[in-house]
Amino acid sequence: MKSKHLALIVVGIAALVFPLVVPSDYYRHLVIIALMWVVIGSAWNLLAGYTGQVSFGHAIFFGVGAYTAGILVTKLQISAWYGMILGGVVAMAVALFVGWVCFRLRGPYFALATLAGGEIIRLVATNWESLTEGMVGILIIQSFRSKVPYYYIALATAAICIYVIHLIMKSKWGYYFVSIREDQDAAESLGISTTLYKNISLLVSAFFTGTAGAFYMNYMAFIDPHVVFSLHYISIMAILVGIVGGVATMMGPAVGAFIMVGVQETFRSALFGLVPKWVSQGHALVFGLIVIFVILFMANGVVGDWAKIKKHVFRMKA
Amino acid sequence: MALLELKKLVKDFGGLRAVNDVSFHVEKGEIFGLIGPNGSGKTTIFNCINNFFPITAGDVLFKGASIKGLKTHQICHLGIGRTFQVVKPLARMTVLDNVTASAFCRVNTIKEAQTEAHRILDFCNLLKSKDRPAKSLPIAGRKRLEIARALATRPELLLLDETAAGLNPSELDEAINLIRKIRESGITILIVEHIMKVIMTISDRIHAINFGQTIAQGTPKEVANNRAVIEAYLGEEYAQG
Repeated sequence: MKSKHLALIVVGIAALVFPLVVPSDYYRHLVIIALMWVVIGSAWNLLAGYTGQVSFGHAIFFGVGAYTAGILVTKLQISAWYGMILGGVVAMAVALFVGWVCFRLRGPYFALATLAGGEIIRLVATNWESLTEGMVGILIIQSFRSKVPYYYIALATAAICIYVIHLIMKSKWGYYFVSIREDQDAAESLGISTTLYKNISLLVSAFFTGTAGAFYMNYMAFIDPHVVFSLHYISIMAILVGIVGGVATMMGPAVGAFIMVGVQETFRSALFGLVPKWVSQGHALVFGLIVIFVILFMANGVVGDWAKIKKHVFRMKA
Repeated sequence: MALLELKKLVKDFGGLRAVNDVSFHVEKGEIFGLIGPNGSGKTTIFNCINNFFPITAGDVLFKGASIKGLKTHQICHLGIGRTFQVVKPLARMTVLDNVTASAFCRVNTIKEAQTEAHRILDFCNLLKSKDRPAKSLPIAGRKRLEIARALATRPELLLLDETAAGLNPSELDEAINLIRKIRESGITILIVEHIMKVIMTISDRIHAINFGQTIAQGTPKEVANNRAVIEAYLGEEYAQG
């Protein structure tokens, strides 16, 4: 317990001083994106890892959050930063509808319904041009030229997100979420309204994902439907972050976010320019291989199977 | 007024009538046994009482008020707890967490819930296994955990579905003692059981069904000597002899 606290303090201090000791905007950018994925991955993990409702449609909430922030600027001429709260709230409103429809289904059918939901909303956003500008996308002016303010905003959002989920998991809600994951019928017979608590989990998850979306709008200053509602880059990536890091662990998605952003960047940049550009086209393939590897050899992810990993690495050294 | 009353309960699965016109009432404080051969509809009746299955016709009254159509979790909040014949432990949670989750039915803070869970685990003689994952318990432990979880919801009426099935003789005696202790604590019990040693020694009254229909009701002795019951269990020849 003590060493865990110590590790947390060390990581905390490192996170706080990072942009001060690393002047490179490139690395700052990567860490900012990773922190954003910490938020999305943790939010996904609350619903899928702890509550057992695997979502293939978290791009819905991410995109809605991003578009809320963008539309605040294009339609209402107010700062996109209000989207950090409003985006989450609008994502929750959308989540109410998603839950109303999709929670009639269980297990893989729920997952497929959320996948369909993500595709539907992407098409709506593409075609509802009067609101979203369609494929032209939304371009806003960035608030800061330096990466540093964005870094601290992303860091604060990630810290708040993990802390709130930590508190939830230590409460009645947390016990109820896990009970629902373990056995929905048993949970219901123990007085747990499974419909209500699945929706609560979805709403909290949607809020943080929406907030991350709004942050993306502010930070990247440009969005279009094919980016923020992307099945591949958002919904699937959220799942990968969760699985690689470790589902149903508090720090799993945080670790998974840094790993996956690292892998993605390595391939996008074609091993930082060391290999021909066409190799980078293979990143989807490598994502697939990573998932297979994780599922076969460490089904609980890097954090969930940390003891196992340590043992094997130790053996190799000895 | 009876604590629980079934009025002409009917349950159809498609063309199959699983429960046909069954009526009985359970008085406060008693242990009421429900028996019948395999597939006679005992568990279906449980599933109708707490609305896992919507009932086709008839009514279920709890403390005089109809609970027909209420959600399963609402029925639990009213004070009807149940266990499952095929145990449903929350497998990857610890024994303590299983019971703590149930205790949240009546309390709101984690401290109260855990205190309650400790008390109930002690009552059910499971305290020494509290930190084990539920899936690591042997079958006797899992059956106890089912009971502990149901007790944590503070029921007035407890539905026990074959809690003695699969237990060895010494575990059976423990189970009988536990059920008696639960009754002494003021909880009414409706029990489904195949093992005659259990049902005959602890029940105050027994209701026997076959093919979804009532065939007998009375004290354990009366039911054991009832022709229709012997016929259902052992066949016509034995009933005549």
